[in-house]
Amino acid sequence: MQMPTPDAGIIARKARVVARLRAALPRNAVIDDPHETRAYECDALTAYKCPPLAVTLPASTQEVSTVLRICHEEGVPVVPRGSGTSLAGGALPTADSVVLGVARMAEVLEVDYDNRLMRVQTGRTNLSVTGAVEEDGFFYAPDPSSQLACAIAGNIAMNSGGAHCLKYGVTTNNLLGVTMVMMDGDVVEIGGGYMDAGGLDLLGLVCGSEGQLGVVTEATLRILPKPEGARPVLMGFDDNAVAGACVSDIIKAGVLPVAIEFMDRPCIEATEAFAHAGYPMCEALLIVEVEGSDAEIDHQLALITEIARRHNPVELRESTSAEESAAIWLGRKSAFGAMGQINDYMCLDGTIPVNELPMVLRRIGEMSDSYGLKVGNVFHAGDGNMHPLILFDANKPGDLEKCEAFGADILRLCVEAGGCLTGEHGVGIEKRDLMHVQYAPADLEAQLAVKDVFDPAWLLNPAKVFPLDVTEGRRGSGASVAA
Amino acid sequence: MTVTSEAELVEAIRSAQAPLSLRGGNTRGMAGPGADLSLAGLRGISLYEPGALTLVAQAGTPVSEIETTLAAEGQRLAFEPMDHRALMGCSGTPTIGGVFAANVSGPRRLAVGAARDFLLGVRFVDGQGNVIKNGGRVMKNVTGYDLVKLMAGSRGSLGAVTEVSLKVLPTPETSATLVLSGLDDAAAIAAMALAMRSPFEVTGAAHDPAQGRSFLRLEGFETSVSYRTGRLKDLLAATGAELEVLDAEPSATLWRDLRDVATFHGAAGDVWRVHCRPTEAPALAAKAGAEAHLYDWAGGLIWLRMAPGTDLRARLGRYDGHATLLRAESAAQTLLPRQEPEAPGVARLTAGLRAKFDPRGIFNAEALALTP
Repeated sequence: MQMPTPDAGIIARKARVVARLRAALPRNAVIDDPHETRAYECDALTAYKCPPLAVTLPASTQEVSTVLRICHEEGVPVVPRGSGTSLAGGALPTADSVVLGVARMAEVLEVDYDNRLMRVQTGRTNLSVTGAVEEDGFFYAPDPSSQLACAIAGNIAMNSGGAHCLKYGVTTNNLLGVTMVMMDGDVVEIGGGYMDAGGLDLLGLVCGSEGQLGVVTEATLRILPKPEGARPVLMGFDDNAVAGACVSDIIKAGVLPVAIEFMDRPCIEATEAFAHAGYPMCEALLIVEVEGSDAEIDHQLALITEIARRHNPVELRESTSAEESAAIWLGRKSAFGAMGQINDYMCLDGTIPVNELPMVLRRIGEMSDSYGLKVGNVFHAGDGNMHPLILFDANKPGDLEKCEAFGADILRLCVEAGGCLTGEHGVGIEKRDLMHVQYAPADLEAQLAVKDVFDPAWLLNPAKVFPLDVTEGRRGSGASVAA
Repeated sequence: MTVTSEAELVEAIRSAQAPLSLRGGNTRGMAGPGADLSLAGLRGISLYEPGALTLVAQAGTPVSEIETTLAAEGQRLAFEPMDHRALMGCSGTPTIGGVFAANVSGPRRLAVGAARDFLLGVRFVDGQGNVIKNGGRVMKNVTGYDLVKLMAGSRGSLGAVTEVSLKVLPTPETSATLVLSGLDDAAAIAAMALAMRSPFEVTGAAHDPAQGRSFLRLEGFETSVSYRTGRLKDLLAATGAELEVLDAEPSATLWRDLRDVATFHGAAGDVWRVHCRPTEAPALAAKAGAEAHLYDWAGGLIWLRMAPGTDLRARLGRYDGHATLLRAESAAQTLLPRQEPEAPGVARLTAGLRAKFDPRGIFNAEALALTP
């Protein structure tokens, strides 16, 4: 993985940039001590690290605007950061950049149950957004697995999903409005407490733009009343293709489960060894969860199990209580930790059309053999979002590179199957150089044109999302402005 | 002219010397003053996977063809796009491209999202004749910027969409509507808010002041609909409204009429849409002084029929929302911008995007009210 050579001119001006930021912001809002900036040297993609020039921790939209205006005037790249949980390197700094962390902006600004919305500062964590309304029977639907730590700012930047998006959609489907600070410090309001802003769908464009178009400081979120209840059914099959067909039949039957999770044999074995969830040893395991009143759940689970029986499951376990539900979910929720017990792992998130599942799993198995690296698959089967976990040994020279090459081959396969490189983690630096696989030059140029409009000097998170060779000549254009 | 292939479209755009008016069936009031360029010749469903809930079609494919194809598999366009023809007083064949170009969503938008939330991928030709694709045919895709959303609702101002890939959903087993009679605007909005706060998954909430009747739709399996209807009746008993339940067939007719704003059909006047916070809707409607009005989306959408030429925006003042002039009674009175004028920061972004995607200015800028 390559990062651009840091701008020596900017590094030489560090003292001036830091002094200007200090003068404009409250005490403790600027960090430039190299011991302290190390805490910001990476996100959850820990294979890549680089301490930034400085870190700023503004506490208001106005302070964010101040940071961006100064950095804009100084021609210094800015790397926005939510909680630093990106698996794609979205918050990885460069040595010539200022990190802008929103962690100090975590207030709930408004809760409006009658209109089913709330407005929050974006440093607030995903889970604590729901936490602010759950006593009153509401929740915020997108639930990425890092939800305990991840910030709404990062959720918006990456258009995060979660296990329940088959029914509730991803971040972009649950976002009504944003307050966003542009790179030049200008503050814009997009959307608000109503459905469908007029004009161009800038809200949709900003969501998922990986911190490259602006810094979102406040967000109006759709909240929903909690369902009366939810219960899963677990089913095991001795063939991936049969499990895939079962998923397809459930969807075609008109049942819309809130989640359909899939685990393959390597993942089941690792999980059993670690969490002892009592899963059957088989080729494919499905967890299907439905919502409603007790009677509604019973009815839906009866339909689902009837469909499953037609596919000769080796196991069919319907939950009848909260304890049984927890037991069914235990293994799935421990899957990543279980794989981590075996070795280091890299987690991918390519998405494929659901019907291509058997072919894709077969090919991944073949690649696993030829690379000599093990891989387990956890999968949001309802929406085709795969999570292959490739095991490697970080201490073994060459293993990381081999793992990355294997990962890239899996993502190429996803695109070839009619899918995409990333379903919910984002491109960041991790998949940046694979963008050519999914997009032709004209497709990429159209996206670059959007960034040209929002951030003409290419200072916001500039070394991400797009292959470095296509952004050459655009990146770094700010430095000359300020020289 | 009508193009029948993407290559012809590219050629038509590249060789254009003057503004073009992109259109599908020309039923939604988006066509501009330029030379007519119809995409209705780009027809056909190229992929339909019921088990993956996805369909790919050429932009000019009639909506009716798509709905018929989906119905054969027990599926539908869940966002319930309205048919504008009777309201706009036009004929023509609505196309799927037009649905997404105008981001047309019906009553179910409240529960499942707008047209844009169901658009998974697009191919389009920009103002220079470049063919661009974005998104794909999978439900979760965060690979690069979401130009799919940008194209949805862009009203032909950024590019000519040639192909759309969309998410479809199963048609529920049955539906029913709980009708509340005797509530005034404020009480009806409060009752709808109460229903929407419940876990009973209401998929339509509308109020017609002319009839003094409010409507709450429930959909799903038979047993579930009947259970939730009962629970909702209990919940709403305290409103004092008279309660009645319509079963599937009259319910379907009712919601088709609400979707298409049937109460405005054949009546003169300008037609406006106001998007707002539902609880603010009664006060806004009172300020508007409309000849007739109708609430959808639990009040989040107000349909208003106004005396021709009335500047509704001036009457409403500042609020959290926006107003669109959908149908103007007299062309001479269309000095009012169709779309709500944008704040300067947003207007600059809109203009910047227009300049990038259509540097020659040949697409429909008026659709975005960039010109007064």
